[in-house]
Amino acid sequence: MLTVSGLKRLHIFVSFDLQDGECVALQGPSGVGKTLLLRSIADLDPNEGTVRLDGTLREAMPAPAWRKRVTYLAAEPGWWSDTVQEHFTAWGDALPLVARLGLPDDCGAWSIQRLSTGERLRLGLARALMLRSRVLLLDEPTSALDPAAAAAVEGVIAERISDGASVLWSTHDDAQARRVGSRILAMRPDGSIEESLP
Amino acid sequence: MTYIQLSYGNLVLPALLVVMDGVFSLVLRLKLERQLAIATVRMVVQLVLVGYVLTFLFAAVSPLWTALAALIMVLFASREIVARQKRRLQGVWKYGLGTGCTLLAAGTVTMFALLTELRPDPWYHPRYALPLLGMMLGNTMTGISLGLDVLTNSLVRERAAVEACLALGGTRHEALLPLIRDALRSGFMPIMNSMAAIGLVSLPGMMTGQILAGVEPVDAVKYQLLIMFLIAGGTGLGTLAAVLGGARLLTDHRHRLRLDRIEASG
Repeated sequence: MLTVSGLKRLHIFVSFDLQDGECVALQGPSGVGKTLLLRSIADLDPNEGTVRLDGTLREAMPAPAWRKRVTYLAAEPGWWSDTVQEHFTAWGDALPLVARLGLPDDCGAWSIQRLSTGERLRLGLARALMLRSRVLLLDEPTSALDPAAAAAVEGVIAERISDGASVLWSTHDDAQARRVGSRILAMRPDGSIEESLP
Repeated sequence: MTYIQLSYGNLVLPALLVVMDGVFSLVLRLKLERQLAIATVRMVVQLVLVGYVLTFLFAAVSPLWTALAALIMVLFASREIVARQKRRLQGVWKYGLGTGCTLLAAGTVTMFALLTELRPDPWYHPRYALPLLGMMLGNTMTGISLGLDVLTNSLVRERAAVEACLALGGTRHEALLPLIRDALRSGFMPIMNSMAAIGLVSLPGMMTGQILAGVEPVDAVKYQLLIMFLIAGGTGLGTLAAVLGGARLLTDHRHRLRLDRIEASG
């Protein structure tokens, strides 16, 4: 279970829990701080407050170990090498997942430059999912995808949730929020969150 | 050793060449005449002053005065490093990093040369220590400022890539390594280029100076080789320290990228 209490970053001040095997949708207008919140939980920006995974404080482990358990996926994932497969520690193992997300087997050798926005999103997701993290912090993972690809992504993530992963899923799509979230956290401009059921 | 001494009178005719440049600027409306005049006056004043300061220092041979002169040179070098940065660090590190690295690099190789091979008496004799330090500063400064500039610019440009690596559990070292390599390569490049071109394309100023002063060319070459080896070593040390230091300052103990530590530009 992920416990966030008194997390403070700029105007944001929130507390909430995320159970194992639970997906919570994070909503709110653009610029309200959804990305800031997700980044703060992953400890990618300086922030205050206590965040625990199964009772263990994140400060009790090195930041890289924390992020392998509590993984943030950016809305526009970054790439540090030239080809797709160089970004995976074990490209062969990632192939079934990549195929399920609707990408061909030979895309490992593709240059990052030629990827479309949607391809980048799905490959970024596949790269993050390979860590088998306990908690996924997804920043609009389907915003640039066509309905079929979005459905594939939702399917893959639903599987992870049923395997016990927790997901905090930021989305602008109300229908998607109700579909994937067992609860909805709505962020308000004052930096607080309001919880509701779909 | 004999050399042709110049009087100030001998400089009048050559100085007319600068006046010629000024005439070009006026005729072609380049609007450079003011800048040219200021630059020329600055050069004359600075060099004449340095001449007298060095005369004083060489007569005094005092460790204290020599150290003071060296310190002032290092401070000017670090100011120059900061001036060449498009993006600067915040707070004390803005000057601290450059000063520390030039001092480390130029200081180490200068001392190394003075204590092992040149061995003037006393070892801190300003006639050897200061020109040597000056040449080291000028060159290590180039490597350090280039390396830092490439590092900070590429961190800003490649932010998404670096943070993707960090978000996936990469350490700050893993995430920054490709950029650190690029920055080091850029910092090392000028000295390697000048080593490759030296003697064919360019005759280095110090060697030319020694030859004009009557030193045998082969002896002047030995001096120049010593200087080049020292510069290469100093640039390597300084650039490495500056780039690794910069990478450390722009990340933190929780392996976060801290671009907020770069001064807002403008």
